[in-house]
Amino acid sequence: MLGRMSEMLSHRGPDARGTFADDHAGLAHTRLSIIDLQGGGQPMGNEDGSLQIVFNGEIFNYLELREDLIKRGHHFATRSDTEVILHSFEEFGEDCVQRMNGQWAFAIWDRMKRSLFLSRDRMGVRPLFYAFAGRTFLFGSEIKALLVHPGVKRTLDLRALDEIFTFWHCLPPNTAFEGVRELPPGHSATLAKGRLTIRKYWELQFPESSEDGQGASEEERSAELLELLRDATRIRLRADVPVGAYLSGGLDSTVVTALARQFVPHRLRTFSIRFDDAEFDEGAYQQAAIRHLQTDHQEIYCDGATIGRVFPDVIWHAEKPILRTAPAPLFLLSKLVHESGFKVVLTGEGSDEVLGGYDIFKEYKIRHFWAAHQDSRLRPLLLRRLYPYLKNIGAQPEAYLNAFFHPDAAEQEDPFSSHQPRWRLTSGLKLFYSADVKAELNGRQPADDLGLRLPPAFLKWNGFHRAQYLEASYLLPGYILSSQGDRVAMAHAVEGRFPFLDCRVVEFAAALPPRLKMKVLQEKYLLKRCARGLVPDAVIRRHKQPYRAPDARSFFPGGRPLDYIDALLSADRIRQDGVFEPAAVQRLVEKARRGNLAGLRDNMAMVGIVSTQLLLHRFGRDFHVEEQHNGERS
Amino acid sequence: MASVHDEVRQFVIDNFLFGQADGGFSDDISFIESGIIDSTGVLELIGFLEERYQFQLAPTELVPENLDSVNNLARLIARKRKASEQAQQKEEYGVCR
Repeated sequence: MLGRMSEMLSHRGPDARGTFADDHAGLAHTRLSIIDLQGGGQPMGNEDGSLQIVFNGEIFNYLELREDLIKRGHHFATRSDTEVILHSFEEFGEDCVQRMNGQWAFAIWDRMKRSLFLSRDRMGVRPLFYAFAGRTFLFGSEIKALLVHPGVKRTLDLRALDEIFTFWHCLPPNTAFEGVRELPPGHSATLAKGRLTIRKYWELQFPESSEDGQGASEEERSAELLELLRDATRIRLRADVPVGAYLSGGLDSTVVTALARQFVPHRLRTFSIRFDDAEFDEGAYQQAAIRHLQTDHQEIYCDGATIGRVFPDVIWHAEKPILRTAPAPLFLLSKLVHESGFKVVLTGEGSDEVLGGYDIFKEYKIRHFWAAHQDSRLRPLLLRRLYPYLKNIGAQPEAYLNAFFHPDAAEQEDPFSSHQPRWRLTSGLKLFYSADVKAELNGRQPADDLGLRLPPAFLKWNGFHRAQYLEASYLLPGYILSSQGDRVAMAHAVEGRFPFLDCRVVEFAAALPPRLKMKVLQEKYLLKRCARGLVPDAVIRRHKQPYRAPDARSFFPGGRPLDYIDALLSADRIRQDGVFEPAAVQRLVEKARRGNLAGLRDNMAMVGIVSTQLLLHRFGRDFHVEEQHNGERS
Repeated sequence: MASVHDEVRQFVIDNFLFGQADGGFSDDISFIESGIIDSTGVLELIGFLEERYQFQLAPTELVPENLDSVNNLARLIARKRKASEQAQQKEEYGVCR
């Protein structure tokens, strides 16, 4: 069983494999060798073999922790960060994770106590799933490793589907599969005597509103942020293999690349995605950054046809329904990185969440301005400024934009007011549910479940911080770092590293007053300030363009569905699978054939239905171990 | 022959609700507030009106009072048709003279 499970994860670790087994537990590991290429094999034991660890990720401050542990009397047999975790656990027990700065999912089997300790990093960069099959506890970096066990059902969890069709992500610990759970970010767990105890060791916290605006000057804070980012980047270059960078042309990846360049003695290797469609392409800004930073750059061109072709493989790796095709180009980019001989890339991910870059934060501010200034003539101007990159927005009647941004009194009081418009729009997809699914869900409101998970201080926070919390604690791990991050990068054995998600940066940014994150409607204000002189002015001045890719039309080139789309969305197949209403799906298909899927909701519906159908089939009746060899890599 | 109310309602059901009008909706329900149409969907609605009823809408006419329910749409269509007929009559009268 260990061999079959690790076979399912071979794409994540093609360099080496190892297993450990005693009478009570078995561990398997597939290795992507990055630090201590010779000595870092896993599973790894401590000196007497009483502790055995399997670990995916990096502890970036491992050198400092190692030095401290040596002073405390520990002896190291390797130079790996894996061994640092083992000794930290010996020294500090379960609290060892508090001292770690990194991205990790690991499990330590204590042979004497017969207990298993599992932990996952603060922000949820590295995945960790688990399930009980009778009295057997299973865990792994991807769900497909658990699904090879006959005791784990391969059944779509309708509640999780409903969460995705509301928030774009499941609410941890739910996954798209019934009975399979994810260890939430910032949590550890201990399995002992057949019982799993989960505890939170870290959570994103914001100051209460009254604390805003106090503290150091803007200049001091800008300098401090730059210094933190510089160090966060420096320690993320620790590797015994070359480290490259994604360079999207946006502010965040350009800042990271510029900082990395300060520590790398040679020209940095960078990688980017280009789109044939000018609506999505950021090539001009990429070129400006490449010229400025003098990097050796490679790019892939992506179009709808390519996205349509690889989308089934993307869902195989994402292991959940998704509502946008944006992970597909990143899947192709990691392939380019892998084929170029790189295993590690730095990226700018996380900046928008922690430093206030997303449109949803602007929408929140505009909606509050709206409510306070009901008749302001500035309102239409604000909206045009918000979405200059959207083709359709200029054509939309102002009265309709007004209606979208129409916070009423009740909504002003709603703790989720920043996210309600997005959730309302996404929930429109539920009209495609079959009658059986609607009956099963019985009017459940996923937002109620989310409400139960919030920290007690949530309601005391400034609305801007509440919006940040929802983005950073849920959408970031549940979609950005998973479907669009780890899963599509590790599909081709590429590890992403994220300086903006360094725990010091995250905690520093959380303590900043909102006005330093978004000044009026200028996003990432403090970051822009500290990036002056570091990156091209054009990159600082440009309007933020969210990363997007061609959506539903990728499945209907020239108005004709791709063969697999035709099969998956046929009335018979939809009826047999039972999740969606066949007649409604047929109408959506007809609209797509006519090239009329114009709005966000229609596009999300098509991508959501296609990905759900793919999930049902790739993990349902078409599921077998050999499946993964049919992917893009072969 | 289907009434304008029926035609408009059917377009909304087919195009925005994909036939899933669970229990229906009243002729005066707001499309935006009920979530039937999002802010980009209104462009499709305008395209339908201009193609099906052969009139053009001025920017000042693109307001919820004209577009945001079956009743509002029916009133708009009736008004535009009447205006079109009157314009045609004027033109014919002008030709006779």
